[in-house]
Amino acid sequence: MPRSEALGRGMRLTGLAADIRNEWRAGNRSRLARLLVVALVVIAIATFVGSIMTGAADASLANVWRWLIGEADQALSIRDRIIILDIRLPRAVLGMLVGASLAVSGVVMQGLFRNPLADPGLVGVSSGASLGAVLLIVLGTATFGPLFALFGFYALPVAAFFGGLVTTLLLYRIATRGGRTSIATLLLAGIALGALTGAVTGVLVFMADDKQLRDLTFWGLGSLAGANWTKILAAAPIILLSLAVTPFLARGLNAITLGEAAAFHMGIPVQRLKNVAIVSVAAATGASVAVSGGIGFVGIVVPHLLRLVIGPDHRYLLPASALLGGTLLILADMIARTIVSPAELPIGIVTAFIGAPFFLWILLRGRSNMGL
Amino acid sequence: MINGLDFRRLRRSGLALGAFALSATFLLPAVAPDAPAFIRTAMAEDTQKADVSRVVSVGGAVTEIIYALGEEGRLVGRDSTSTYPEAAKTLPDVGYMRQLAPEGIIAVNPSAIVAVEGSGPPEALAVLKEANIAFTSVPETFDKAGIPTKIRAVGAFLGVEDKAETLAKSVEADLDAAVAEGAARADGERKRVLFILSTQGGKVMASGQGTAANGIIELAGAVNAVGTFPGYKALTDEAIVEAKPDVILMMDRGGEHAAKAEELFAMPALSLTPAAQNKALVRMDGLHLLGFGPRTASAVRELNAAIYGKKANASQ
Repeated sequence: MPRSEALGRGMRLTGLAADIRNEWRAGNRSRLARLLVVALVVIAIATFVGSIMTGAADASLANVWRWLIGEADQALSIRDRIIILDIRLPRAVLGMLVGASLAVSGVVMQGLFRNPLADPGLVGVSSGASLGAVLLIVLGTATFGPLFALFGFYALPVAAFFGGLVTTLLLYRIATRGGRTSIATLLLAGIALGALTGAVTGVLVFMADDKQLRDLTFWGLGSLAGANWTKILAAAPIILLSLAVTPFLARGLNAITLGEAAAFHMGIPVQRLKNVAIVSVAAATGASVAVSGGIGFVGIVVPHLLRLVIGPDHRYLLPASALLGGTLLILADMIARTIVSPAELPIGIVTAFIGAPFFLWILLRGRSNMGL
Repeated sequence: MINGLDFRRLRRSGLALGAFALSATFLLPAVAPDAPAFIRTAMAEDTQKADVSRVVSVGGAVTEIIYALGEEGRLVGRDSTSTYPEAAKTLPDVGYMRQLAPEGIIAVNPSAIVAVEGSGPPEALAVLKEANIAFTSVPETFDKAGIPTKIRAVGAFLGVEDKAETLAKSVEADLDAAVAEGAARADGERKRVLFILSTQGGKVMASGQGTAANGIIELAGAVNAVGTFPGYKALTDEAIVEAKPDVILMMDRGGEHAAKAEELFAMPALSLTPAAQNKALVRMDGLHLLGFGPRTASAVRELNAAIYGKKANASQ
């Protein structure tokens, strides 16, 4: 790239940062939010490329790129290609998808339940999805043979989706009374459902043989290590579709902040909104859990962090969460696979290390305005 | 329905969305290959004889065999279960055998991988295969015949069949001799051994059929006290009392305190067993005991001696 152009781009980026700072000072939330979304796009792309460039093994991204666009003499090493295209790229893509889906699911649930603590992981939706997946692994071909035959490699995401959906519906049923969702009931019911699905999972783990157990341990900690194009192809349609629906929910979720009755009087089709929101959360969470196991805290940390900066407007919160969620998960995966290289850590450990202290900090900081 | 979720409406809007989400994915299996490869070309050269000059060894027994064959010069990496001999620990550790990371393995630049059966996950192995790294899975059985089979498999892969044959023969003879002592024993005097994997939270995890522990107990001429279930399971207190073990067998995880035996036998269920009355606790190095590698004959002798007390060097 010519020097002047690089300089120009650099100027524009520093300009963006300066703009964001100015708007933050001026307290102009919506303009700040728009700028931040732009900044997050840049950061996400940079992280994505950075993650493809770093890892335990040496590989030349430039060579692979030249090969991809057909410029290279075909001397591209198989090693380079495998590392970049079959190992790092799927992990980055899956990290982006799963991170975005968890963060957006968090935003939608928090908006829907008008509760800052709602998170697919915290209220049992993820464990419900895990249960669906574990059921499929343990009872496997004997019981679910037809399902395998019908869905092929989609069987696992589909099972996880139904596990997540059933849990979400139950949770919603239990916590909502007279059109009002009780925060306390929601959290307690979430804990109860989490315990219940955990117990059923425990029974299945007990029944499992050694080989199935190996497949199962994965669900507890979560990992992007198994990322490959087959998994992405299985999960991406479900995740992308449920993410694509959420922008249409933004206005409704904003209105619901004032209460469901108020939203209804503002002309929001509240019931339909809730239904769509629940199905999309269950689908996104289910598909994410199916391909990457239970990765915690992304759904709660990302939306909170963004709410602190850009405020509660879902029109910006949703895209910003998707971007930041994906970025954070890719970063966490980079840490997971480089810190003890050539071995690697489960990513759930990394997200919990980042997420849990942050969560506590939020808790202490905003105790009063969270109704706790 | 006034409150809560309106299922009739859900059927129309929500489930329609769900159904669409699911049906959209049906269109894709046709496009998707059943393997993770992004591009699958230039694979033909893989069919010729594998280059086994730079090897990653996965599984403690496999690593031991490579050292026993004197082929350790080829090793460029090992998994975390490969802790013997001491020199193996200086090799880069590519992680736990069941949770291998493809990039970590590629990073040590191997031309081949020898792994014990059950290593994985399958996704990682698929990627490594794609990367033209020769791979072989060494069959694992927890009986006498399994060990020479492993040695021959490793030898054949490394192209040192003759050395492997010699090693297999000597290991086999040694093993036969070690096992003969135990096998000669009359059924009536065979002791009942309970292998305890862990006692986490007062819960005794014991080994049933088809486990390495079961295999080594039988080779040592003893009886597995809990041979009624497959794999490792948590036992109830009553089942432990019923099992009437004469000897408790555990892995020596190193740095264990002497008081541990007392604690163990103070557990209510265990305190009622013959093992507790005789304070019969045997601790052995996990890889030595359960590895089913070249050292198994010595493990059999050590265990046999510890159980039946023929030699003085039995551990407490």
